[in-house]
Amino acid sequence: MLTVTAPAPLAAPKPGAARASVPLDVQREVEQFLYRQADLLDGKAWQDYIDCFAPDGVYWMPAHPHQTSGDGVPSIFFEDRNLMTIRMKRMLHPRAWSQKTQWGTSHVVGNVAIESHDPKSGAVVCRSRFHMLDFRRDQSRHFAGSYVHRLAKTGDGYRIALQRVDMVNGEGMYEYVLQAWV
Amino acid sequence: MARYGINELRGMVEPDRVHRATYGDPEIFELEMERIFNRVWTYVGHESQVKKPGDYWTVMIGRQPMIMIRGEDGKVHVLFNCCPHRGNLLIGDRSGNVEKSIVCSYHAWQFNYDGSPKAIPLAKGYEGTKLDPSGRACAVRRAPRQDSYRGFVFASLADSGPSLLDWLGASRVAFDQMCDRAPDGEVEVVPTCFRVLQRSNWKFFLENQLDVAHAVVTHESTGRAAMDVEEQVKAKSGSAPFDYHFLSGFTMPLGAWDKMTTVNYPHGHSVLEGYMSLRPKDPISLEYEAVMKAKYGEARTNEILEKNIHHVICWPGLSIQPPLQQLRAIRPLAHDQTLTELWHFRLKGAPEPIYRRALGYFNLVNSPSTMVNADDLWNFRKQHEGLRSEGSEWVSLHRYLGQDDEAGGVVRTRIGTSEAPLRNYFKAWAEYMTAGN
Repeated sequence: MLTVTAPAPLAAPKPGAARASVPLDVQREVEQFLYRQADLLDGKAWQDYIDCFAPDGVYWMPAHPHQTSGDGVPSIFFEDRNLMTIRMKRMLHPRAWSQKTQWGTSHVVGNVAIESHDPKSGAVVCRSRFHMLDFRRDQSRHFAGSYVHRLAKTGDGYRIALQRVDMVNGEGMYEYVLQAWV
Repeated sequence: MARYGINELRGMVEPDRVHRATYGDPEIFELEMERIFNRVWTYVGHESQVKKPGDYWTVMIGRQPMIMIRGEDGKVHVLFNCCPHRGNLLIGDRSGNVEKSIVCSYHAWQFNYDGSPKAIPLAKGYEGTKLDPSGRACAVRRAPRQDSYRGFVFASLADSGPSLLDWLGASRVAFDQMCDRAPDGEVEVVPTCFRVLQRSNWKFFLENQLDVAHAVVTHESTGRAAMDVEEQVKAKSGSAPFDYHFLSGFTMPLGAWDKMTTVNYPHGHSVLEGYMSLRPKDPISLEYEAVMKAKYGEARTNEILEKNIHHVICWPGLSIQPPLQQLRAIRPLAHDQTLTELWHFRLKGAPEPIYRRALGYFNLVNSPSTMVNADDLWNFRKQHEGLRSEGSEWVSLHRYLGQDDEAGGVVRTRIGTSEAPLRNYFKAWAEYMTAGN
């Protein structure tokens, strides 16, 4: 379906919410996962980026901070792997006209805090903050906000079950649009 | 020093071409604001955006910041967003509820929801002056004219002119189709407005909406990408959902787009018939049809759903897709800057899946992450920059000129890729721009 099957709800991070006390190696592994994901985005390694997601994983950018699910409400992004693949194939198409001009992004991810960690399954919910500069044909735009990742642990490292992206300027007027994930 | 008299303006639009300055000259933009946007009916918003008394939404009509607010009397009022005291914006937020009264943040002048004066501090200070604190000069100015059609609120900055219904004319089919397709006969706004700014003249946007020849060129990448994934899904599970066609449809060859029709009416309004509004027979559509038939009966349901309307332009500021309940309002900000406000509506009484499907379209096509408009916006910007060049003095509107059918001021195309809608917009443009006061 182009209409995405919604994962369980996930609210925007609450300020000062309790942080799970987790072993340092878990904290470190989660951080490295987030850094790698951002690196793949900036490197336009789209397939590797999509592969960070579980088979039923979803990338979600709510239209409003109060939303807890993309189910039945407008979203800026609400994409499963099929939709993400359409987006990737579009960007890679030789006649994706708006891809022809030079453009790039740089993400910095920080303030990584683990909200919950299930030692049995290895599943993690973590939050972080990002700043992203987007450059396109002599113009720079700045987007910033928070990520919440719901991560599943597999034999091959973490996979994203749901990534929630809240931009502080998400409800603002967009000068041009977002072609890739943030 | 004005460079454009009536004769110069008349000379900029020919039956088959327009001068590039219609897009790129800031002086033309100022004249457009005065002669077009100060006269036409402008879409303000939907009544369901302001449900309770005191609920408001702010909006631009031409160059005027305006407020749409629900009154104590239950009526919707359209007011200038301007304090009669010192001219402050009365409301600084985009939407909300004013609570109790409209209060200016500068000197606490207070107004009822209909704009009438409620309380003015230091009233004593006006004794013996020309200002009457209970008089009209202390009321928030109302839009000179305001009307609504099936819940869609419009206002005009002109004291006189055609009524809203006369002005909309046949283009009112946009609202009839939206509302009639709801089993309860009305729609409700989905309260999320996406706003995208274009670095280009406002006219490019409207031209593009009914220019079916651009789709396969501009959106080939998205159409191909969607088709690839649609085929993968089909190979895996035997069939792919109908809504993939929303994107993969862009791969249709040019000949297929020629089978569509545009109907072009007075005041620049134009309708695109055909394409996606055909009645699909997938399970979601059939479930919806059953609900419609239970409500309206077989004959009336057929009458509603067989109306083959895909897209309606209420020139110069509104683009509506009734079968998917999408509405785009165009707010020109400068000759090279245009804001689009993108809305989605819910068919009251329709089964949830039919809403979900149209919502999917809203997210994919009209959200700020659009995979479709990304390439349109890029084109608009390149068009605007291109026309700064003296490489091309005139913009061509020639395609299939003379091959459309005209009767009673209405032009119906025989070939979908006819540039008749563009010619129709500029006919209206020239009429407004050269009309006397």
